[in-house]
Amino acid sequence: MPTLKQLARRPNPLTGGHSACAGCGFPQAIRLVLMSIEEPVVVAGATGCMEVTTTTYPNTAWNVPFIHNAFENAAATISGVEAAYKALVRRGKINKPIRFVAFGGDGGTYDIGLQALSGAAERGHRFLYVCYDNQAYMNTGIQRSGATPFGASTTTTPAGEVVPGKQQRRKDMAAIMAAHNIPYVAQTTIAHWQDLTRKVQRAMQVDGPAYLNVLAPCRLGWGTDPAMTIHLCELAADTCAWPLFEVDHGKWKVTYTPKTKLPIEEYLKPQERFRHVFQDSTGGLLAAIQKDVDEQWQALLARAGQT
Amino acid sequence: MGDSTHMPAGRRRTTMTGAEATAEAMRQIHPDVVAAYPITPQTDIVMRFARFVSDGVVQTEFVPVESEHSAISAVLGASAAGARAMTATSGPGFALMHEILYVVAGYRLPVVMPVANRALSGPINIHGDHSDTMGSRDAGWIQIFSENAQEAYDNLIQAVRIAEHPSVRLPVMVTQDGFIITHGMEIVETLADEEVRQFVGTYEPERSLLDVDHPMTVGALALQNSYFELKRQLAEAMAASRRIIADVGEAFGRLSGRYYGLTESYRMEDAELAILALGSTAGTAKVVVDELRARGQKVGLVKVRVFRPFPAAHLRDLLRHVRALAVLDRSDGYAGMGGPVFAEVKAALYGLPQGPVITNYVYGLGGRDITPEMIESVYADLGELARRASKEPERVVAEAALTPHYLGVREPDGALISALGALQLNGER
Repeated sequence: MPTLKQLARRPNPLTGGHSACAGCGFPQAIRLVLMSIEEPVVVAGATGCMEVTTTTYPNTAWNVPFIHNAFENAAATISGVEAAYKALVRRGKINKPIRFVAFGGDGGTYDIGLQALSGAAERGHRFLYVCYDNQAYMNTGIQRSGATPFGASTTTTPAGEVVPGKQQRRKDMAAIMAAHNIPYVAQTTIAHWQDLTRKVQRAMQVDGPAYLNVLAPCRLGWGTDPAMTIHLCELAADTCAWPLFEVDHGKWKVTYTPKTKLPIEEYLKPQERFRHVFQDSTGGLLAAIQKDVDEQWQALLARAGQT
Repeated sequence: MGDSTHMPAGRRRTTMTGAEATAEAMRQIHPDVVAAYPITPQTDIVMRFARFVSDGVVQTEFVPVESEHSAISAVLGASAAGARAMTATSGPGFALMHEILYVVAGYRLPVVMPVANRALSGPINIHGDHSDTMGSRDAGWIQIFSENAQEAYDNLIQAVRIAEHPSVRLPVMVTQDGFIITHGMEIVETLADEEVRQFVGTYEPERSLLDVDHPMTVGALALQNSYFELKRQLAEAMAASRRIIADVGEAFGRLSGRYYGLTESYRMEDAELAILALGSTAGTAKVVVDELRARGQKVGLVKVRVFRPFPAAHLRDLLRHVRALAVLDRSDGYAGMGGPVFAEVKAALYGLPQGPVITNYVYGLGGRDITPEMIESVYADLGELARRASKEPERVVAEAALTPHYLGVREPDGALISALGALQLNGER
C-alpha cells in the first residue's frame, strides 16, 4: 500500500484545467483510481460530464490514452481495445503490460450502458469498470437514473404536491455485477482513499473483469456546498446509505463499519435534493428513507455473514 | 477467369456461397480483431470465420459480443488501438449499429464490414433488400455493392486497401444481397493466401491508443469551433476516395484479371434505353440485355458498384446519350416519389443539356424475386417512354420522375395488407 504522499508523487493522469465544477466528485475518482495502478493504462469513457469537461477539443486533460465512443458503450469499446491488445501481443507487436479501465457515470452504467457492461463482464475481458456514481443524469440536467435513491428530487422526479421525489429504490448495481461471477466487485467513495486504492490494486491483480462503484457527489445535482463533497461521502458511509464492501471471487465482505451508525438525516440535511423530506410535517418520508437504508444495510451484513 | 489447370499456385476455383467466399476472404485478410453478433443471413459468414479461429487457422482475436451495437463499438475500440478490425452484420443488426457507424467514420477508422443486405421490420422479414444500408447512406462509410459471390470476395479484399489508404482512412462496407448471394452457390476463383497478404499489406496506423508513451485522446468533444471542419474533412476524404477506389480496382485487376471501377457499364456504347441497378439484379439484367441485343434492341445496363461516394460524374458521362433510363431501387425512401438511388441519379444528371427521361422501379422488397421477364418489361416500358417523351418532353419527363412503379407487387383479390402487417380478408370472417 502506498502512502498518500507516495500516491501524490505519481504522474497525474488527469491534469487541472478541465472544466468540471468546483467540488465535483469524478476528477478525484479518476485520479485516485488511475494513480493506484502501477502499470500503464488505457482508458475508455462514456459520454457524460467526465468526457465533456475533460476533452473539449482541441484540449484534453488526459495524460493517459483515452477513448470516448458514445454514451452506452464504454464497456464494449474497452472490450475491443483489450482484444486488440491481446491480438497485437500475440503477433509480437506489443510486449509491455497494459491495463484497461473504463469510466462511466451512473446513467451510462446502471441504465443505457448496462447491456454492454454485462456482455463485457460475461466475456471475461481483463478490465476494470469504474462507475462514478452521482445518482442521476447530471450532465443532461439532473434527471433520475436507476441509481437515484428513494426520495430524491430530480428534474424528472421533482418533489411535488402529490409525488415526493423518486418513488423507487436505487438499482443494486454492485450486486448485479457480482451476479456475473466476475472475480472482483467493490463499492467505495472518493473520501475513503485507502479503501479505494486497495480495491483498485486488488482489481488489477485479478485475471478478468472487475467492477468498482464509487460514490462521487455532484454539487450541482445534489444542491450542496462544493467544500462539502468529501464530507458528504463520509456521511454516506457513516449513515450506511452508501456501504463500503467488496465481493472477492464471490465472497462478500463489508470493508467499513461505522463506529457509530449515524441517523440518515445527517447525510440528507445538507442536500437540496432532499429538502422536501424535512418539510414533510408528518416525518413519514424521512422514516421511510431510514427504514429503507436500515433494511439494505442489514441485508448486506447478512450477505457478508457479518451480522 | 482462367482455366484451373493454368491458375497460379495457391489459387482455387471452386463452388462457394457468398457467405463462404466472404469468410474465405476474411481468413486470407487475417484481421487482428473480429467482433460480431449473429443475425440471419450474415450468420453464415461469422460462424465460418469462428471455425477458423477455433481450429487455429487464424490468430484473430474473436469477440463474440452481446449485440451488434457492441460489435461495432468493440471494433471501433480495436481499430483505434491500432488493430485491423472487422465485423459483419445484416438488416436489423445493421440498424442497431447506426449511431456508431457515424462515430467510426467521424474518427476516420479504417474498419471493414461485410453486410448481408436484409429488409427491416415491421413486419419482420429476413430476406434481402437494401433498406438496411440505404438507411445509413449518409453515415460517412464507403459503400460497395457486390453482384455475386465472386465480387463479394474480390470487393472485401479491395476494401481493406481502400479503407487504410492514407488519403482515405474511412470505413468501408461491402454488401451482398441476403440469401440471393450469401446463400447462393456459385463458382468462385480465390487468390492464393500469399497474394492476398501482399495485396492488403500490413496495417501500420499512424497513431494507436496502445502507444502508452504517447498518449492521445480519441473522441474528444468537438463544439461549434471544430466539429464542422472535421466533418468537412470527412467529406473531402470521401470525395478523394473515388480515385483510390479506382486505383485499387485497377491494381486488383492486374493481380486477378478482374478489374473494378466505381461503375460498370454493360453494352452501353450505343444504348438508347438503359437500366441502372445495384447488387445481384445487375447480373440478372445482363442476361436480359444480351437477349434483347440479339433481337437488335439498343439496350444497356449501368451497375453502380460504389454507392458511396456516389459516382455522379461517371453517370453523367455514361448516360448523356441515353433516351430513357430506369433506376431500380431495392428499397423505398417513402418520399412518395421513389427510392434513394433514383433520387441520387436524378440529382447527378441534373442540368445536363441532353439526358435521358428517368423513371423509377421499386422492386424486390423483403426478398421478392425479380425475374428476367420483369426486367424485359422494364425495357419495353422504356421504349414507350422514350417514344412519348420525344413528342411531349416536358409532361412525360415530369410524370416519369414523380411516379415510381412498384415492380412485382401482387395484390390478390379479396385480401389486403393492413398497416399493421396483418392479413385481413374482405367479406365474411
